[in-house]
Amino acid sequence: MSVSKEDVKHIAKLSKLYLTEKELEKYTKDLSNIVTFANELSSIDVEGVRPTAHILDIKNVFREDIREASYDREQILKNAPTKEAGCISVPKVME
Amino acid sequence: MKDYEVIIGLEVHAELSTNTKIYCNCTTEFGADPNTHCCPICTGMPGTLPVLNEKVVEYAVKAGLATNCEISRFSKQDRKNYFYPDLPKAYQTSQYDLPLCEHGNLEITVGENEDKYKKNIGITRIHIEEDAGKLIHDAYTGDTLVDMNRCAVPLIEIVSEPDIRSADEAVAYMQTLKSILEYLEVCDCKMQEGSLRCDVNLSVRKIGEKEFGTRTETKNLNSFKAIHNCITFETNRQIEELENGGEIYQETRRFDDVKGIGYAMRAKEDAHDYRYFPEPDLAPIVLSDEYINDIKASLPEMPHIKKERYIREYALPEYDATQLTTSKYVAKFFEDTNAICNNPKAVSNWIMGDLFRMMNEREIEISECKISSESLAKLIELIDKGVVSSKIAKQVFEEMFESGKNPEQIVKEKGLVQISDENAIKEMVERVVLNNPQSVADFKAGKDRALGFLVGQIMKETKGKANPQIVNKLLIEILNK
Repeated sequence: MSVSKEDVKHIAKLSKLYLTEKELEKYTKDLSNIVTFANELSSIDVEGVRPTAHILDIKNVFREDIREASYDREQILKNAPTKEAGCISVPKVME
Repeated sequence: MKDYEVIIGLEVHAELSTNTKIYCNCTTEFGADPNTHCCPICTGMPGTLPVLNEKVVEYAVKAGLATNCEISRFSKQDRKNYFYPDLPKAYQTSQYDLPLCEHGNLEITVGENEDKYKKNIGITRIHIEEDAGKLIHDAYTGDTLVDMNRCAVPLIEIVSEPDIRSADEAVAYMQTLKSILEYLEVCDCKMQEGSLRCDVNLSVRKIGEKEFGTRTETKNLNSFKAIHNCITFETNRQIEELENGGEIYQETRRFDDVKGIGYAMRAKEDAHDYRYFPEPDLAPIVLSDEYINDIKASLPEMPHIKKERYIREYALPEYDATQLTTSKYVAKFFEDTNAICNNPKAVSNWIMGDLFRMMNEREIEISECKISSESLAKLIELIDKGVVSSKIAKQVFEEMFESGKNPEQIVKEKGLVQISDENAIKEMVERVVLNNPQSVADFKAGKDRALGFLVGQIMKETKGKANPQIVNKLLIEILNK
């Protein structure tokens, strides 16, 4: 396997996901397959090819620095399951 | 302590003073009601498309040129992934391997008088990125509240080389950088509002060792005092730890400047793993020589160049020139005032003396002062013409500072015009001489201090308004009769 169980545990932790032992097995297998597939690319000789920074042939897409109205707060907070004093409220953040 | 050397690198974050955020048209204005400067783009709604603000590139290039960086002809943006409630997208758009500016340096001056020395601090890179939102602790419910107004306010991060060796050098570096950013007008540098702040990377090693020690990173210091105190604290902590046979962990720390102590923030096992990857929604930035040269040509006179000019053009001492040019606004005030009264040393003395003293007492910036360059110039003219004595002028100045009134009005209202009429002064001198026979005898016996006493008596009687030169002249004449 190109991806170990430990790798999956680490990725799950970074993504704040909690996996059961069964899920862990499944994702280790799935992710291994994905990485193995993607690794096929490594067999291609890219000597002298410039690294791709963007898949489209575009550059310098800019916007003028002009203010426009923001959204109403009600609109912005609409999706938040809990709110308080005009803010999204979340469980206490520990430092 | 003496056996150790401290190694410091600073990561400075400066909020750019653009009108709008980095990828959308919401305003960057500070201090509004929570979540009123937001839109689907800056709150990370799915399906939105960010578009880079052209001013962000221009301002970052300005900062890069002013710090002697090489400007990248090809640059891109990347996603830095981490979960935190102040970051609605769950990634910060930043720059990873191809930042806009690299390989710069900044000359700093550290210390005063004989201990003064200059040093060059390397700048590794300057990249553009977005700020995060603000978390507020709700004491009532115990929850954390999220205000996203600051989300996606544009930042530049200026990363120094680990060239800094003391708290004083760190503060000098930060002051120099602040002054440059102010001159460029790319950041308002209001440290108390967090628009200029820095992270301190610090390690210690025994003198003579080649390898760096393990470093810690203290986040978000927003005053010169906090930077200085944090460095002193963390240096001592690390040395003490090592001396006691302990170990330094690579960790993120906070510094509480009120209590004067630092503490570890995140646990060691949560070591950063940002999984950077190229931002697919934003196009690469490709800059031409012409674009860079145009910006170079538009740069204002930088503080160190201005300082040299002040020494040359106005014949000011180096100390004065440094004091006057550190802040762009002070320099402008100096130049405006001098343009009217053409007396550089007098203008400099007033600014560095009474003006700075009163600004410090009130803790205000020059932009908040009521005093205008016209009125200071007028005051200096009043002294030059002998209308007021320099002692009375100090009193007038304080009044100008308090009320913003012009000096002529104050002098008139309070009857502060200097008495230069020789006959009037002569009369007073004669009276004082008559009333103080002991002092007169002392003077004649060769005690020069008696003269000072007699002058003081005359000044007291005229509430300081008598022209001191005339008083001195007449007094000596009468005493020597």
